[in-house]
Amino acid sequence: MTAFVNQLPIGLSIGAVLLLVALGLTFTFGQMGVINMAHGEFIMAGAYTAFLIGDLVLALPAAFLVAGAMGLVLERAAVRHFYGRPLDTLLLTWGVSLVLQQLARDLFGAPNVQVPAPSWLAGGVGILPYNRLFIMALAVAGVVAVWLYLNRTALGRRTQAVVQNRRLAATSGIDTGRVDMLTFFVGSGLAGVAGVALTLIGPVGPGLGTYYIVDAFLVVVAGGLGQLRGAVLAAAGLGLLNSYAEFWSDASLAKVIVFAVIIAFLQVRPQGMFVLRSRVLT
Amino acid sequence: MRISRPIVPVALALALAACGSDAQPAAEAQEIKVGLLHSLSGTMAISEVTVRDAELLAIDEINRAGGVLGKKLVPVAEDGASDWPTFAEKATKLIRQDKVATVFGGWTSASRKAMLPVFERYKALLWYPVQYEGLESSPYIFYTGATTNQQIIPGLDYLKEQGKKKVFLVGSDYVFPRTANKIIKAYAAANGMEVLGEEYTPLGHTEYSTLVNKVVQARPDAVFNTLNGDSNVAFFKQLKSAGVTAETMPVLSVSVAEEEVTGIGVDNIAGHPVAWNYYQTTETPANEAFVKAYKAKYGATKVTSDPMEAGYNAVYLWAEAVKKAGTTEVEAVKKAAPGISLDRPEGKVTIDGENQHLYKTARIGIIQPDGLIKQVWDSGEPIKPDPYLKAYPWAAGLAAS
Repeated sequence: MTAFVNQLPIGLSIGAVLLLVALGLTFTFGQMGVINMAHGEFIMAGAYTAFLIGDLVLALPAAFLVAGAMGLVLERAAVRHFYGRPLDTLLLTWGVSLVLQQLARDLFGAPNVQVPAPSWLAGGVGILPYNRLFIMALAVAGVVAVWLYLNRTALGRRTQAVVQNRRLAATSGIDTGRVDMLTFFVGSGLAGVAGVALTLIGPVGPGLGTYYIVDAFLVVVAGGLGQLRGAVLAAAGLGLLNSYAEFWSDASLAKVIVFAVIIAFLQVRPQGMFVLRSRVLT
Repeated sequence: MRISRPIVPVALALALAACGSDAQPAAEAQEIKVGLLHSLSGTMAISEVTVRDAELLAIDEINRAGGVLGKKLVPVAEDGASDWPTFAEKATKLIRQDKVATVFGGWTSASRKAMLPVFERYKALLWYPVQYEGLESSPYIFYTGATTNQQIIPGLDYLKEQGKKKVFLVGSDYVFPRTANKIIKAYAAANGMEVLGEEYTPLGHTEYSTLVNKVVQARPDAVFNTLNGDSNVAFFKQLKSAGVTAETMPVLSVSVAEEEVTGIGVDNIAGHPVAWNYYQTTETPANEAFVKAYKAKYGATKVTSDPMEAGYNAVYLWAEAVKKAGTTEVEAVKKAAPGISLDRPEGKVTIDGENQHLYKTARIGIIQPDGLIKQVWDSGEPIKPDPYLKAYPWAAGLAAS
């Protein structure tokens, strides 16, 4: 029974990890419709930033800038030439993802590296260790920050305007190219922040991104493109589903169950939980 | 410094391979080409690159000592890319196109199973350097890593000696952990041990909170861990944060060696036991030389581990068999190999004629705060390889299933 009750906070903490890795995608994929397969490698870049800096708290803003800058370069150099061609973008960013993985392997070596966890994160409350609570707090802070950015800043409102109607936004004097660039910067930067947090619980190696990329897309797709509340609910739902499915079966079967539920759900609601009524990027 | 190191041996190997394929009869007569087939990219690169490096070191040393039959060994390195069909394809290429005398390669059982039919079909030789689940003995493969009775069963003997009666099995979801756990369950049934649970996670799995919860609730005396690759990092980090320590619940691992400890973080795994045949700290004259040579070639911070040592040995054992046979011709080498006995870093190893595995000494070690592994138990003498566990009455029926 205790084990059963324990699965509730565990599920929420799994959800927090999912939300954190997916938060950046709600920008690049959700807002802009870019299927960015290199998102996982931006997460990895964040983790390696934490490795180089060696301090978790300092690494958070640094990783945001590093991964954000990588995203910016990717958008300016390549992705922007492929807007409105999702399949080409997918192949392009997948290639970039492979290049970045190999680059990490050459720079840092193939074996995993270790990022020391700060001593104040040792210990925990009940079933949840402090590092899990830290990730949950970071996920909540991330959601609040994203919400404030989108709704309370001029840049964020312009982002929304471009998503809702690109041509009208352009006519109104918004530099849509600049908005695309910034949106990609923020989205990729958030991936970097997720990477720092993941060093607390998982491996830090060249393959790091590949372990999270599929889950990140699942959250965004199930939640509904461009919908922050959708992503939050989907992450929490998938976390709990994962937690209990694995509790009653095993990890492999839990993955199957989660996928089956998502497929069934998308049959009923192909647009995800919430639908944004707008014109997508053209 | 870090940037150039992994690239140099590959470039060297490729350059040498290029020279070798220039088809100059005079030069070719002075050279013997050998294939090295490991994953240099993808998820398994983390482990396999180091084995390839150790094999290159052995080739270097043999060449410096005059080569084999007066000829220099020329490595032809191929990338299995962590993809099993690629292993079969590259093996075919090495045998048919490069016409290598032998191949050293593989890590996962899946890659070995993919290559096995290729080597049997072309009657070529493969030297496989990693501990595995046993129940196999191909006439065209030499197994230089441990089979189950040289690693898993000694590991269980150790737990039993320590008074651990209730165990929990955690493994990655593929052939090695599942077969290993079948053996462990049969052993437990025959030795009065209780298996409280058996859990598998997909390769590359990183979310272990549910599994840790299950383990903690079951309250086993010990955990037998057959997880592979990056999952070990996530598992040990999350186990540590859940407050599990090596004192309350030791986790015996069979796929965590010196190389993996750094990535897991010493803090997260120090004190836990592992089962292997070799550690960097193993005290033999040959090991002192091996560790020194490896660090000189690849860097002072590098560590040596069991699979690396097994790969390093494979090259020497093959060279010895070729010397004895007087030719690199496969059937002659196979005939010469049985009984060859060498003093290697892990101690004395002998090729068993019946199943082409090695007599190896089993060793249990405890991971130290400095990241190295200290031996706390050994089998005293090399154990005869028994891939089908014929000598263990409780294992009857395992081979059949």
